[in-house]
Amino acid sequence: MSLFSSSPDQEGEAALSALSEKQMAPSIEQAQSEQQPAPQRAVLTDGWRALWRILKLNRKATAGICIVLLFVLFALFGPPLFVHTDPSELTNDILLPPSASHWLGTTQIGQDVFSQLIAGTRVSILWGFTTGLVVTALSVCVGLIAGYMGGIVDDILSLLINIFLVLPGFPLAIVLAAYLPSKGPLTVAVVITITSWAYQARVLRAQTLSMRRRDFVEAARSNGESVWRIIFFEIFPNEIAIVAAGFVGTAIYVILTAASLEFLGLGDVTVIDWGTMFYWAQNNDALLLGAWWWYVAPGLCIAVLGMGLALINFGIDEVANPRLRTETRLSKRIERALGGPARKAQ
Amino acid sequence: MKHLLRRISFYLVALWASVTINFIIPRLAPGDPAGALMARFQGRMSPQATAALELQFGISHDPLWVQYFQYLANLLHGDLGTSFTYIPTPVSTVLAQEIPWTLALIGMSVIISFVLGTLIGVLIAWRRGSFLDSILPPFLTFFSAIPYFWLALIMLYILAYTMGWFPPNGGYDTGVSVGPTLDFLGSALYHGILPALTIVLASIAGWMLGMRNSMITTLTEDYVLLAQAKGLSEFRVMLSYAARNAILPNVTGFALSLGFVVGGSLLTEVVFSYPGIGFALLQAAQNSDYPLLQGIFLLIALGVLGANFVADLVYVVLDPRVR
Repeated sequence: MSLFSSSPDQEGEAALSALSEKQMAPSIEQAQSEQQPAPQRAVLTDGWRALWRILKLNRKATAGICIVLLFVLFALFGPPLFVHTDPSELTNDILLPPSASHWLGTTQIGQDVFSQLIAGTRVSILWGFTTGLVVTALSVCVGLIAGYMGGIVDDILSLLINIFLVLPGFPLAIVLAAYLPSKGPLTVAVVITITSWAYQARVLRAQTLSMRRRDFVEAARSNGESVWRIIFFEIFPNEIAIVAAGFVGTAIYVILTAASLEFLGLGDVTVIDWGTMFYWAQNNDALLLGAWWWYVAPGLCIAVLGMGLALINFGIDEVANPRLRTETRLSKRIERALGGPARKAQ
Repeated sequence: MKHLLRRISFYLVALWASVTINFIIPRLAPGDPAGALMARFQGRMSPQATAALELQFGISHDPLWVQYFQYLANLLHGDLGTSFTYIPTPVSTVLAQEIPWTLALIGMSVIISFVLGTLIGVLIAWRRGSFLDSILPPFLTFFSAIPYFWLALIMLYILAYTMGWFPPNGGYDTGVSVGPTLDFLGSALYHGILPALTIVLASIAGWMLGMRNSMITTLTEDYVLLAQAKGLSEFRVMLSYAARNAILPNVTGFALSLGFVVGGSLLTEVVFSYPGIGFALLQAAQNSDYPLLQGIFLLIALGVLGANFVADLVYVVLDPRVR
């Protein structure tokens, strides 16, 4: 996780719980009325819809979403549109600065940096987001089970969470990556998953703990619903907002860590992505040769994407914790948007 | 006191866990990568060193629990095995050489970054909506989303290669002999400025934003209003009423982000060819030097655990509720 999202400011956690609190309102009503499968799905879509409405209204979040969408579009459609030659093809255009024929210049063995960047964006984004999802799923499982079960299960899982929180994740990832015999994006993804699930799990455990005695959970319990159903169909939909914010933070961390591991040569250096571009630039002394274009492009991509993801999280934070907001006109609109569904439920 | 005892026992468990993880990883690794390496170094090491390595990699024929206790005994004697890269130097000697550099550079930068970031956070929260408050957060957020090593590369290119203001690599001038002389200290300081600047720039946004957000929430508390109503000086309300309470989540944040910051800082060392653990880490990663890698991991784990413990102590001092 990047710094700002990994600093566990309790305020943010409290704020996020306030956010899910707002979405809770209709769900309590529904749980208390009658147990039907339909309302539960409505809770889930309601959570998503509220989140989406919030994000649309917050300027920072909108900017962040635009940036991230742009990158996703590039990852999806960039390679067929812009990459006409094999990005690892060797040519005689060696170490050319950016020009009309090579938009971002060429490498020391004549590869086109722009083609590499576009091809690399697809690999980095695909693996970054997939790994982010897996990490989030793992922390949801651990956090919710620990928070809901309590007792000895909670004690053991909490200890595990706390240990993984204090162990330095990046050095551990390096040791793991060095020992795994196959090097490649999958190895990097596995290593990052093992070392980075704990923070999010801690946040979700705390949230679940505060939710397990709520009326709608008690109602589900007395209806004889199974434990896993209560955890994943009753409690989980109410924590969607926190999970989404956690995913955004995790995605930044994953992309940064993957690039760092590959920079050290611990990934598959024949796969082209942002991290391996750094590796080759560093190993060919791009700096000494003055070939700044070689490593500026992938670095800017990571920084801008990371900034986009961070903006989304700021947006979520500001909406959840009104005191952080500055725009008064905007906040009124958000309150109206949030107040809408709650009133309808009554 | 009870709180403190609980924390101490937790850190002991965490310490045991990191030592045990260090023991388990090589034994769980599929395909015996260590065995292949051992074969490569056969004949270049003394039989004792080979035996020690076999023990470390679990190639030994003793039962696992015997190996575990042998491993623990070795650790207690400070024996971390022999480095492949710097054969036949023991890992502990390599680490002992590198650690003062890393401790000085990363330790200083992290402290400067935390103190400065927290102070700026206090200030921009106090002057809400001012020019600084609207400029600094997005600007520094951009820096914090940048990989440490990339920021280092850019700084190196612009400030050292193009401008020539700072030396491009190393920890001191090669013309100066290492020792407690003024010349050496000056040279080391001069070489340290650019790497330190990079680490501070890359990590300051986190502390700053954390402090700003927690400060803004604290400023709406009644006791802050009361302090202002009493007519206390602005300075006093800001620091001893608001910041004093707002800093608590930031201290926890400091402890938890430490591992991340140290990891990133190690890569900064790599870029600047700065003598230290980070450079040894690069060597170890590229040469599959497992003993050195594991030694570095253990050392960093120990350092981060220690720093976390100190942060816990500070928290106890700052927050009377946990005492």
